[in-house]
Amino acid sequence: MNVVRVVLPAHLRMLAHLDCELALEVTGVVTQRSILDAVEARYPMLRGTIRDHVTHERRPLVRFFACEEDLSFDRPDAPLPEDVARGREPFLIVGAMAGG
Amino acid sequence: MTAIRLLVGTRKGAFILTSSGVRDKWEITGPLFSGWEVYHLKSSPADADRLYAAPSTGWFGQMIHRSNDGGRTWEPVGNKFVYDGVTDTHKWYDGTPHPWEFKRVWHLEPAPTDRDTVYAGVEDAALFRTRDGGQSWHEMPGLRRHRSAGSWQPGAGGLCLHTILLDPSHRGRIFVAISAAGAFRSDDAGETWTPINRGLKSRNELPDPDAEVGHCVHRIAMHPKRPNVLFMQKHWDVMRSDDAGESWHEVSGNLPTDFGFPIDVHAHEPDTIYVVPITSDSEHFPPDGKLRVYRSRSGGNEWEALTNGLPQRDCYVNVLRDAMAVDSLDPCGIYFGTSGGQVYASADAGDHWTAIVDHLPPVLSVEAQTFSRWG
Repeated sequence: MNVVRVVLPAHLRMLAHLDCELALEVTGVVTQRSILDAVEARYPMLRGTIRDHVTHERRPLVRFFACEEDLSFDRPDAPLPEDVARGREPFLIVGAMAGG
Repeated sequence: MTAIRLLVGTRKGAFILTSSGVRDKWEITGPLFSGWEVYHLKSSPADADRLYAAPSTGWFGQMIHRSNDGGRTWEPVGNKFVYDGVTDTHKWYDGTPHPWEFKRVWHLEPAPTDRDTVYAGVEDAALFRTRDGGQSWHEMPGLRRHRSAGSWQPGAGGLCLHTILLDPSHRGRIFVAISAAGAFRSDDAGETWTPINRGLKSRNELPDPDAEVGHCVHRIAMHPKRPNVLFMQKHWDVMRSDDAGESWHEVSGNLPTDFGFPIDVHAHEPDTIYVVPITSDSEHFPPDGKLRVYRSRSGGNEWEALTNGLPQRDCYVNVLRDAMAVDSLDPCGIYFGTSGGQVYASADAGDHWTAIVDHLPPVLSVEAQTFSRWG
């Protein structure tokens, strides 16, 4: 069992009534998919806001960052860095930069 | 004691403006859903405390929230809007086929007698319904499967179903309007649909000006006691139908311009209607910098400018299609919100206006709820 740290963007923290980062238990290999499964299991109101309800594809304007890398375009089942899996670094869910 | 609640959706959240029936002092609550675009929120006619809201963002998609206490607290409910079965294509801006894709909810229309039943008009254009208070949403696919749907093409605002009218006297009759497909009517509770666009003319927008579908209808309004008479603000032209949409005729009359977005009907006078003329499709602001509501007491053609209390110089705001509403008091109250963040109110059917709030984010929608409040 791994305890993974997850940081949500402000809009989603408001929706989930959170004011700090999450600590989530994730079983097995820590991947984008296993983290998002755990997020949605604990906070069902976030379903559909990070990835599509049906296809589970990442929403186009959502990004996944960790360890100073953009992991948004990695495969959902690719193992995440060891530092994320061990909770030393957070997994960041970010709204893509927009505006002028 | 009778009170009024204005439900105001904006680009950056929702606000609730509450007043006694005197309508002279307003209490402002908000922002609710701070930072989210709230295209629409509306109360249930069956339960004054039951409200629904449709916040969305381009980043995180659609949410639906529900309140059981008149907007003091809210809970998220279902946000899964999945088209029924195989999704075909409609026309994209460049004329190529484009698959139907859900983008957002534009309008929520709670059913008159059941607080848990709500219709939702969405982009890309389709009609959804919940029967469990918003927990689950199901498409009513007959509309999107209409034989003309493959030819529907979005206007600048998207291919949106923005108007839903439930006929209170004709069981199963529903009117909807889509930009830019036109108006449709169902007489069997949404199973099948008929385009009702005969008489509309879109000379500069369509190659066939009086095509069966493709018109950019901005808004339809109906008085519940005379549901066979419909009023329409089209892209250009203000129109009227006296036969439930079977045919339309123009009633723009002496309006300074017949382009605009909202249209609404007085709560007690079915022939008194309101529009807000906008300069043109390329200049979305009032003519001459003067914000004027126009009222017709004859069901169209003869219009009078209502200006008392509205800015008559240097005003370049817009009023969007869902941003005008009437209450059910006597005299009738009428309200509208602007792209500049003002909400204007008139407690005397439009004769005098007051800005009851000045600096909200751009207003997307205004609904007026008349309800009983103790104390």
